[in-house]
Amino acid sequence: MIEHLSVLQVIIPLIAAPICLLLRKSQLAWAFATLVAFLTLAVSFALLSQVVQTGPVSYELGGWEAPWGIEYRVDMLNAPLLVLISAISSLALMASRTSIENEIPENRHTFFYIAWLLCMAGLLGITATGDAFNVFVFLEISSLATYTLIALGKDRRALWASFQYLVAGTIGATFILIGIGLMYVMTGTLNMADLAQRLPEVENTKTVFTAFAFLIVGVCMKLALFPLHLWLPNAYAFAPSIVTTFLAATATKVAVYVMIRFIFDVFGFEFSFTHFPLQEVLLTLGIAGIFVASVVAIYQDNLKRMLAYSSVAQVGYIILGISFASQTGIMATLLHMLNHGLMKGALFLALAAVVYRMGVAQLSQMHGIASRMPFTMAAFLIGGLSLIGVPLTVGFISKWYLVSAALENGWWPVAAVILLGSLLSVVYIWRVIEVAYFKPVSESTPDVKEAPAALLIPMWILVLANLYFGIETSLTVGVSEMAAADLFGGLR
Amino acid sequence: MESFVHVVILSMLVTTAIAIVRVKDLFAVTMLAGIYGLLSASFFVLMDAHDVAFTEAAVGAGISTLLVLTTLSMTGRFEKASVKPQTDYRPVLALVLVTVTGALLIYGTQDMPGFGTADAPVQTHVVPRYLNDSATEIGIPNVVASILASYRGYDTFGEVVVIFTAGIGVLAMIMSNTTKMPVVQTALMSDHVVLRIVSKMLIPLIMMFALYVQFHGEYGPGGGFQAGVIFASAFILYAMLFGLTAARKVVNNTLVQLLSALGVLLYGSVGVVAMINGGNFLDYNFLSDDPVAGQMLGILLVELGVGITVASVMIIIFFTFTARSQKEGEGD
Repeated sequence: MIEHLSVLQVIIPLIAAPICLLLRKSQLAWAFATLVAFLTLAVSFALLSQVVQTGPVSYELGGWEAPWGIEYRVDMLNAPLLVLISAISSLALMASRTSIENEIPENRHTFFYIAWLLCMAGLLGITATGDAFNVFVFLEISSLATYTLIALGKDRRALWASFQYLVAGTIGATFILIGIGLMYVMTGTLNMADLAQRLPEVENTKTVFTAFAFLIVGVCMKLALFPLHLWLPNAYAFAPSIVTTFLAATATKVAVYVMIRFIFDVFGFEFSFTHFPLQEVLLTLGIAGIFVASVVAIYQDNLKRMLAYSSVAQVGYIILGISFASQTGIMATLLHMLNHGLMKGALFLALAAVVYRMGVAQLSQMHGIASRMPFTMAAFLIGGLSLIGVPLTVGFISKWYLVSAALENGWWPVAAVILLGSLLSVVYIWRVIEVAYFKPVSESTPDVKEAPAALLIPMWILVLANLYFGIETSLTVGVSEMAAADLFGGLR
Repeated sequence: MESFVHVVILSMLVTTAIAIVRVKDLFAVTMLAGIYGLLSASFFVLMDAHDVAFTEAAVGAGISTLLVLTTLSMTGRFEKASVKPQTDYRPVLALVLVTVTGALLIYGTQDMPGFGTADAPVQTHVVPRYLNDSATEIGIPNVVASILASYRGYDTFGEVVVIFTAGIGVLAMIMSNTTKMPVVQTALMSDHVVLRIVSKMLIPLIMMFALYVQFHGEYGPGGGFQAGVIFASAFILYAMLFGLTAARKVVNNTLVQLLSALGVLLYGSVGVVAMINGGNFLDYNFLSDDPVAGQMLGILLVELGVGITVASVMIIIFFTFTARSQKEGEGD
C-alpha cells in the first residue's frame, strides 16, 4: 500500500464524495466525511514521513510513464501542504455538523458534505500532481465545489459573493489554461519535470513569455494578490463560517504553491526573475496589499470581513517572501503559508463559534462577550497574537524569517514595512480584544452561552498548534528549509 | 481553398460573438450562442479534430442551449425594466483590459510553430508514441479515445468529477425546499402537436444514436461525454413536450441522483480494482490476464461511467431548474 500513498491521498476523498450521495442521511454523510478526512490526514502524515526519509515520491497513474501518462509527484514542497489541507479539513469537518445547524437548511446538509469532500479532493489533487494540465482539472473540481460551498451561506448576498468569485475564478482558471496551452504548443509536453527540461530550449520566444504572463496573472487571481483580491472579502464574509475557516486556511495557500512550483520548478528561477520584472511587481503588490488590506481591515464591523481583509494582507507577506528571490525568502514564504493556515484556522473557528451563538459576528454587538464566551474569545486572543507575530506563537517565527530574509538582501525599508504591517494588525486585533474584554456587557450584547464542545475542541487543537509550533519549530522550519533548499539547489 | 473556408467561418464566428454582445433579447442570445457552438464545431472539423468537434456540437450547440432555454423560462427573456442602466456608464477599464489581453494573445502567437507543421514540438515529442504504439498497447483504432481514456485517463476521471460537482452544486443551491412535487405538472410545450408527433418518432432514434456513440467511441469520434449529452437531450426533449410528471415516471429524482454517483463510482472502482490486482490506479493492464483485453475492458467501463454520470447530471440540472420554475411559475 505504501507505494500508492500519493494517489490515495486524493482518490480517497474523491471517491468518498459520490458514496456520500448514496448515504443520503446527513448525519451519516457527516460521520463518513469526517472519517474520510481523518483517513486522508493519516495518509498525508505517512506520505510526509516517506518523503522525509526517502526523497521525492513519483507515481505513474494508469501505469503510463511520465511524459505520456500523468505523474503524481510529492516532494518537500508539497508534502507539508497536503498535511495542512487534510488537517484543517478534518478539524473543520469535526466542527461542521454543529456549525452549519443554524446556517444551512437541513435538507442541504448532505450536499454540503459532498461539496466539501470534492473541494478538499480538488485542493489535494492540485497539490499532489506533477502534470500541468492535471492541475487545471483539479482546479476546476475545487473551484466548482468552492462556489457551491460559498453560495450555501445564510445571507442571500452569499449567492452574489459566490457569483463574483465564480466570474473572477473562471477568468483566473482560463488564464492558467491559456498559459498551459501555450507551453504545450512550444514543448509538446504537459509533465512539469519534462516541461522544465524542454522550456529552456524555447525560452526566448514570445509564446513562452505570454504563457508565463497568463499563468502568473491567472494564479494571482486565485491567490487574491492585491489588486486582484476583490472577490475574496465578500466570499469569506458571506460563506458559511466553517467554509470560511477551511478556505481561508487552505485555498489561497494552494494557489501560492502552484505559483511557486511554476516560477521555480517549471520555468526556473533564472527565467522567471531575469526575463521579467517579477521581483519588482511582486514586491510592490505585496507591500501595497499589506498596507491597503490592513488599513481596510481596521474599519470593518463584520469580523469575518475583517479577517478576510487580513488574509489579503497576509497573502502580501507570503508574496513578499517570493519577491526576495532568495533561499531564506522562499523559506519564510513556505513557513508563513503553513503558519498562516494554523492561525486563520483558529481565528475563523472562533468566529464560527461566535456566529453559532449570536447569528452574526458584528463587533458592535460583542461588548463584553468574553465574559459570556471565555474559551472562544481566549482562542481568538491567542490566534490574534499569532497573527500579529508575538513571540511564542507561530506568527512570530514566520515574521522573524521574513524580516531576516529582507535584511539578508539589505532591504531594510522592506523589513520596516513588515514591522509596520504588524503594527496595523495590532490595531485591528486590539479593537476586538478591547470590545470583547474591556467593554462592559451592554443591552445590545445577546445573552449567549459558551460555544459547544464540538466547536471548542477543534478550535483549541488549532490554538495549541499555534503555540506548539511557535515554540517547537524544528518540524515546520525543518521542512520549509529543506523545501527551499530543493527549490534552489535541486534546480534542473 | 481550405484557408478561404477558414476565413469565412472565423469571420462568421466573430460576427456572431459581436451580435451576442450587442443583442438585448436573451432568447436571441441563446440561439446565437447555439450558432456559435455549431460554427466552432465546423471549424474543429476543418482542423481534423473530430472528437472535439463532436463534443462542441453536442455541448455548445445542443445541451447548453437547452439548459439556457430552461433557465430563460424561469427568468424571462428581457432584463427587468426596474434596473435601468446608468446612461453615463462607460466600462472603459474593462475595454482596456480586454484589449490588452487580446493584444498579448496575438503577441504570443508570433513565435508559435505554424499550424500542422510536421516538426512542431507537439508532433514530435509525446504524440509519436500515442500514434505508433496505441494500436499494440491499447488495441483500439481511435487514438483520441485511447489517450483520453487510458494514457490520460486520470484527467478524464477528474472531468467526470467536475460534471458530478456541477450537479451537486445545482442540487445544493436551487433544490426546492419541499421534497414533494405538485401532482399536476404542465409540460413546457404541450400544445405543439406537430412537435409532439415528430419528437415521438425522433426520441427513440436519438437515444439509439446516443448508445451508438457510447459504444462506438473506441472506433470513431464519440464516447461517454458526447453519448451522455445526447441521451440527456432526448430525455429533456421528452420532458419538455410531455411534462415533468411523465418524465419522472421513467426516472425520478432519487434514481437520477443515484445514477450520477454510480457513474463516478464505476470509473473510480475500475481504478481501484486495478490497484487491488497489483497495478497502479487506473492501470487497465491489470484488469485481465491479457493486457490489451484489459485495456479494452477498462476503456469500455470507464466510458460507460462517463456516459451515465454526464447524462444523469444533465437530467438533474434540467429537473431541478424546471421544478423550480414551475413552483414559482405564476410568472410564465
